[in-house]
Amino acid sequence: MTAISDLIIGIIILMGALLTVVTMIGLIRLPDTYTRSHAASKSATLGVLLILVGCLLFFWIKDGSINGQLLLGIVFVFITSPVAGHLLGRAAYYSGSPVWKGTVRDDLKDKQKKTKHV
Amino acid sequence: MKKNDLILQTTTKVVTFIIIIFAIHLFFAGHYTPGGGFVGGLTTSAALVLLLLAFDIKTVSKVIPLDYKKVAASGLLLAILTGLGSFIFKVPFLTHTYSYFNLPLLGKTSLATVVLFDLGVYLVVVGVTMTIIQTIGESE
Repeated sequence: MTAISDLIIGIIILMGALLTVVTMIGLIRLPDTYTRSHAASKSATLGVLLILVGCLLFFWIKDGSINGQLLLGIVFVFITSPVAGHLLGRAAYYSGSPVWKGTVRDDLKDKQKKTKHV
Repeated sequence: MKKNDLILQTTTKVVTFIIIIFAIHLFFAGHYTPGGGFVGGLTTSAALVLLLLAFDIKTVSKVIPLDYKKVAASGLLLAILTGLGSFIFKVPFLTHTYSYFNLPLLGKTSLATVVLFDLGVYLVVVGVTMTIIQTIGESE
């Protein structure tokens, strides 16, 4: 465990925590469901990923063993968290959650009228 | 009402395998590290519930044709049989043993008979959880 690896791991984990804080600020300050879902699914995913990568590097350098569960967790969060964001936004749109009043175009609305979908 | 669930279904096809592999890992890791039959069974049934969310109940029962009540019953039977097996060796009920073997691929491994009991717990947990969820899901 050298000082340089200490520093790098510390920076990675701090960046992850900072991104999670940014997510929280976005959830409080953004106006409607879709922009909030944008904040929550993107930056929270990257924040959690960075924290997990920091843990992986820490135990790799300290114990010399790569933790398979952490690797699997990284892959799993990377796959599933954007899909969860997509499904949340989709469910919100089809249950009629209002868009922000500054929205200029809504392509899905015209499509929906034409095809009578869902 | 047929929904366009392409993203959910495609992701489910990939993610289900990851969850089931992790459940099997939890099941076998239970002797020396956190894990075991209960958590493994719950994780497996979480994968099956994800399949139920992405596809409908008929498709899933066609892909995995299991009667979950029978799964729970066979798990209970297995747990009792490993307990009764100790009578053959003139030791008290549910006495378990272990020993070290040199397996061809894994090297020196300790094999314990508790794994069979744990497999019973695993099957009971999967069976009971899936029975509850399918019963709730089918009722109108």
